[in-house]
Amino acid sequence: MTIASDELLDCTGLLCPIPVVKTSKAIKTIDVGQVLEMVATDPGAPPDMEAWARQTGHELIEQTAGDGEYRFWFRRTK
Amino acid sequence: MTSPGEKPFTLEEPDPDAGQKSKRMALVASKGGLDEVYPILIMATTAAALEWEVGIFCTFYGLDMVNTKRMHSLKVSPLGNAAAPPPLKGKEFGVPNFISMLPGMTTVATKMMRGWMKDSNIPDFDEMMELCLESGVEFYACATTMGVMNVKQEDIMPQATCLGAAAFLDFAADADLALFI
Repeated sequence: MTIASDELLDCTGLLCPIPVVKTSKAIKTIDVGQVLEMVATDPGAPPDMEAWARQTGHELIEQTAGDGEYRFWFRRTK
Repeated sequence: MTSPGEKPFTLEEPDPDAGQKSKRMALVASKGGLDEVYPILIMATTAAALEWEVGIFCTFYGLDMVNTKRMHSLKVSPLGNAAAPPPLKGKEFGVPNFISMLPGMTTVATKMMRGWMKDSNIPDFDEMMELCLESGVEFYACATTMGVMNVKQEDIMPQATCLGAAAFLDFAADADLALFI
């Protein structure tokens, strides 16, 4: 899976609430329409990041899981 | 949420949240143990990351969260906690209450919890407070508790606002979610 991203955020080894907090900060550093890629190892990350996208309105374009790693691509919408 | 059949996102598409009032969460922090304030800090930082408005009413022992004389030395008491985790990670034996009551055991339990948090890359109390403040979480110091526990205005961290139950309820009445912890 390769999706072009403008910024990569590494949240491996971090637990709730830090991946959500860091993603929320990182999305503000890219331009509207750009893509943020985030990688995490917290098994709670998939439902949490889906909820974060739902609540903030930023688009979760794609997510993958494998080898204990969860990868997300978000497009900044506002 | 978008389903596979829907048309893909375009920049021209209006933001569905534009102009909408953000959600609000009202928290009552009534406890001041290090283990008891973490749920508050985690809920608050997460809600702020979801772009919600967050206000925390620090009352009774929860006032310690914003009391500059006590907030940096919050403790965990192992005494009387049936769910207290075993002192060694992965080893399933508890500590009897009569040992937990010995002098110094609160310090030991506090150090242990701080260690576990650090090992799990969870920010410490001060860092969590910093995350709250920089993301706009509001702290309210309960005026009655300040009077009862003889806490002076100058002891309260400057970012917190001193108010009473009526003012907090006025804020909480418009909240989408209110939790008492």
